[in-house]
Formats: sequence, structure tokens, C-alpha cells
Amino acid sequence: MPKRKIRILIAKPGLDGHDRGAKYVARALKDAGYEVIYTGIRQSPEAIVNAAIQEDVDFVGLSLLSGAHNELFPEVVSLLRQRGGEQIVVFGGGIIPEEDIPFLRAQGVEAIFTPGTPMSKVIEFIESNRARVENR
Amino acid sequence: MSKKSFLHDERTQWEQSTLHKVLQSHPERKQSFCTGSWLPVDRLYLPTPLTAEEYQQKLGFPGQYPFTRGVQPTMYRGRLWTMRQYAGFGTAEESNARYKYLLSQGQTGLSVAFDLPTQVGYDSDDPRARGEVGKVGVAIDTLRDMEILFDGIPLDKVSTSMTINAPACVLLAFYLAVAEKQGVPRAQLEGTIQNDILKEYVARGTYIFPPRPSLRLVTDIFAYCAREVPKWNTISISGYHIREAGATAVQEVAFTLANGITYVQAAVDAGLDVDRFAGRLSFFFNAYNDLFEEVAKFRAARRVWAKIMKERFGAKDPRSMMLRFHTQTGGSTLTAQQPDNNVVRVTIQTLAAVLGGTQSLHTNSRDEALGLPTEESVRIALRTQQIVAHESGVTNTVDPLAGSYYVEALTDAIEAEVWKYLETIDKMGGMVEAIEQGYVQREIQDAAYRYQREVESGERVVVGVNSYVMEEPPPKNITRVDPQLQQVQIKKLAEVKAHRDNAAVQDKLEALRQATRRPDVNVMPFVLEAARAYATVGEICGVFRQEFGEYHETVVL
Repeated sequence: MPKRKIRILIAKPGLDGHDRGAKYVARALKDAGYEVIYTGIRQSPEAIVNAAIQEDVDFVGLSLLSGAHNELFPEVVSLLRQRGGEQIVVFGGGIIPEEDIPFLRAQGVEAIFTPGTPMSKVIEFIESNRARVENR
Repeated sequence: MSKKSFLHDERTQWEQSTLHKVLQSHPERKQSFCTGSWLPVDRLYLPTPLTAEEYQQKLGFPGQYPFTRGVQPTMYRGRLWTMRQYAGFGTAEESNARYKYLLSQGQTGLSVAFDLPTQVGYDSDDPRARGEVGKVGVAIDTLRDMEILFDGIPLDKVSTSMTINAPACVLLAFYLAVAEKQGVPRAQLEGTIQNDILKEYVARGTYIFPPRPSLRLVTDIFAYCAREVPKWNTISISGYHIREAGATAVQEVAFTLANGITYVQAAVDAGLDVDRFAGRLSFFFNAYNDLFEEVAKFRAARRVWAKIMKERFGAKDPRSMMLRFHTQTGGSTLTAQQPDNNVVRVTIQTLAAVLGGTQSLHTNSRDEALGLPTEESVRIALRTQQIVAHESGVTNTVDPLAGSYYVEALTDAIEAEVWKYLETIDKMGGMVEAIEQGYVQREIQDAAYRYQREVESGERVVVGVNSYVMEEPPPKNITRVDPQLQQVQIKKLAEVKAHRDNAAVQDKLEALRQATRRPDVNVMPFVLEAARAYATVGEICGVFRQEFGEYHETVVL
């Protein structure tokens, strides 16, 4: 059976314009064979969740470098749960202090990739969740 | 052509004898070598003698056209660069304390970082500001916050740089209003507003309005300051963020100067005489790790800008042709891994900026890939500048790397590549068109992608990241902004609103709206009136939002 193409939304919540990392991850995932949609900068959690549901994605990758991750990442997860997107796997990246990671994971952000992470780690994470998103 | 053949025979002889033998037994590490931005690098550079006339055209004397060797005749023998650390976080009170600390440590100018809601024209109580208040800079809602920010700092004694773009006129008006309250005449104020909106569309992201009305705000500030605040740098045309977004050294210079051309043209089109405002234009560049490429970049940038101002815009005053610039060391070169190594990177970058002739410098702190810098890290960063200034000896002569066969060749190569980009952008109809078509964004992204691919493959070594990796304990002592800060700031804002004359605020905002609708009227005096009445950043920008509309990014991937 051919593998279903996994769909990933890369999104930038909050107000920061640092999109180099988000764009790199989006393009590298595309090159790795996934369907990737990128929202552009300064998206509200509502807009991200609407896009995720409309585009029927399997993953949402959030990138934030301003320090607002503790407020905004959990908001995306909870809005997804409220609006029927609870099966979507959420991960994140950016300048995120190590000590915030347990909190974010408890809030439903399943992986956090900090600066210097090789792409292979992100791909490994997605592949490790393949069975889960394919059987949903 | 005669110069090409200078030492030609001798070189051939060397290649065939000495070099050939060594290459046979000890091949070079790589097939070919290039700079950090992929400019080809030869094994060896040789002298290319210049006639006196050629020397004058290409290099000239410091303080003279084309300013390749520097904008001042004595450079750092006369006065060192301004050591200016960009700082600001949390409330105005906390930032005020950090500024006083930095001044007490020998810093010579202030540089204000605003939080993102301020930068995109939202008040702290706006739902879109959630989570962002006070995070990457200080939260400023009204003149009241600005009064606190500069409390006890006499504005006639410091020069202040403010990183503010879309709402630049608002924060400048707040600053002018604080000066009035301190009794400092406007004519004495020294400082800079970034006010470079075009690079926001391609790299930094804190735009609000579409490009064309934004350019009107920029030129209104030029005209107002030429009259009222003559020592103020009305814009800091910034390559820094373009480079941070992944551009090459050549792209950094080319896109920055293309933006500069657009501002000058807009001001000329608005009826301003070029020599009346061009002397107050300033620039802002990045300093990366490839030392010689960076030095060559700064030298080439000065030469190209001088030619643009003289030949394209017919400037007569040499000041209009001088590219004066601030430098910040490259934030994106910092690694989260083994963060103390960043002190070494910053030192190399500091040397690049100083050998390139910068007028002011911010050195990044070693822990900025982890979060906000600690006071200790900021101090080391400042000390790095002081060591280069006082101990390295590089400040003792003007433009010390001039005449290096390599640096001069790189300067020429960067200049040639920059002209090619400028020509391409002119053919597209200018920078606004090039941005609207996504051309500039694509060029930068392609370079960013290539760079990161090289890091991933290990072809580009980043110490501590893809080579010489160590297991490390998680970093400690990361500065955090109090999550309660947003509530504190919202309360302060509510108090200001309760105590101001709200009818007067509405009148001033309405007058601003009417001024905005008339392109022949300068909005600055109206913004200042609203500022004095304690109108908020969000209210003033709200008027512009309604009148100008908002810009939405063309997503380019």
C-alpha cells in the first residue's frame, strides 16, 4: 500500500517576524516529501487552528522566538481540541528555555525543537507518529 | 589590462615550481575555497598597482569621496565608535534601571528595544498583544511610559537610538514630548529612529501599513526633522535584519542600498532638496564571522553609496554621500550549544565592524540564543568592545586593512555584485515592486536554505553544533520577563486613560485623521499634539490603520 502523504502546517503565532527557521523547516519538510503549508507571520491562534482544520493536516508545527510560547502554544492546542482537531499532532520550535519544555509537553505540545536541532530529528518525530496519524 | 599581467610571469613560474611540488604531496583541504557568503577565494592575491587617479577614484582619502577608507579623516584616532547596547524589556521602570546601569559601565549611547505590540501599534490591553507585552523590549503605551523610561536621564546628554519602524513617528513624538518636559530644546536632541519600513516587508516583519503610505510617513519625518530636530538621524537603513534572515553579504548591501535609493527618491519626489536631508540618513549593518569578507563589505557599501548619491541623485554636499553606519554582531551566528564560545564569535565580529569603520556598535551577549541576556553577559559583550578599542591596537591608524591584496580584491568583487543587483531591481521598477513580486524575499530565502543545508550536511562547520559537540547540562539563570507584567501594564494604561482629558484626545486624533487625508500636510505636528494629550500608540496607529489600510504578507516559500 502506498504511504499516504502526511500533511503539515507550519505556523507562526504571535507578533515576531523571525521566520527564517519556520521557512527553513517548511521547505526542508517539503523536500523530504511531505505536503507542507506555511501560514506566514503574525497569525492568531484562531487563524492557525482554522487553517489546520480547513487544510486537514496531520501536524501543526509552531515557531516562535519572542518568548510568548507559554501563552500561545497551549492556546493553539486547546482551540484544536475544541474545534474537532484533537487528533492533530502539535510540535514547536524557537528560542524556548529548557525549563519551559515540561510545561509545554503537559499542555499537549508533543515535541519542542530548540536552536541547532538537525532536521533529521524533526523527520524522526514525524515518522514516529506516522502510524498514529494514518490510523485515525 | 596591463595590471592583470603584473607579476604574471613570476606567478606562473612559482606555480610550476614551488607550488606544483607541494600540491602533489600535500593537496589542499578542498577543491575550491569561498567566503562565508560563497564568493570565490583564490589561493593567493597579488598587488594590483593603481595610478594616483585610479587610487582617488576607488579609495580616496578618509573623509573624502568615495569614502572607501572611512567617513572621518582621523577615524578612531579622533574618537572611538559609540558603544551602544540594544536593551529594553519589561516595564519602563525596569528598562530605565538597565539604561542607568549601562551608562554607569561606560556605555556611551542608549538603544531602546520596544516590545512587539508597541512595534506593530497595539496597546498592551489589545487581545493581539497577548503573551507579547514586555517580552522582546519595553512596553510603551503612552507618553507616561516614555517619561518613566527616561527618568533621570538628561536627553541633552545622551544620544538615543530607537528601534521603531511602522510607528516611528509616534515614538519620536513621545521622545520630543519628554524632551519638552525636561526643558531640552529639540535642536539639541541627538539620536536615531530606525524608521526603515521597507526591510520590514522582506525580513523583520513589524510592518503595519502598505508600502506607499508608509513611505509618506517616512518622508514626513525627514521633512519635519530637517526643520525641527536637525541633529536627529531620521532613518537607519538596515541590512542587519536582511542578513539575519539569511541573506549573503552581497545581498545585505545590495538590498539595503536599494531601500536607501527608494527613500531618497521618495523624499526628492515629495519636493525635498537632497542635500537638505541626506546628511541625516544613517545605515545599520550586520557583522558575521568571515572577517575579511565583512570588512570588504563595509568598505564596498561606502563606495557604492557615495557614487549613488553623487551620480544618481546629484548630491553636492559631501555629507550627503557619506555612508555612516551602526553595526550589530550577527545574532543568528550565536549558538545555543556551548554558549561561552559565542564570546569568541562576537570578538571576531567586533573586529570586523571596527576594521570596517563602523560609527557605533552593539555586541551581542553569549546567551542570546537561549533567551534574554543576563546582566553579566551584557557586561562581557560591552567589555569585548572595550578590549578591542583599548588593547588590540587596531584603532591606531585609519582603515588598517586597506592595501591588503585580498581585502581590496574582495571589496571590488562585492561592489561589482552589488551593482548587478541594483540594476536588476531598477529593471523591475524599483524596490517596492521587487518586494511586491516576492523577488527579494526569494533571493534571501534561497541563500538561507543553502546555508542551513550546508550546516546539516556538515560541509559548513559550526563549532559545538555539527562538530566538536558535547553533552551539556541545560543552561541556568535565563532572564525571564514576569508573566504578570501584562496585567501590570494594562493597569497602568487604564490609569492614564482615566486621568487624561479624553475629549482632547479625541479632538487631537480627529485632527490627525484630517491631516492624514491630505498628502500635502506633514503629519508629524499632529502626532506630537496627540502624544502630548496622552493618546496611546494603539489609538494613533489606529487612525493610520483606518486611513491607510493594513499590509498582508505575500507568503513566499
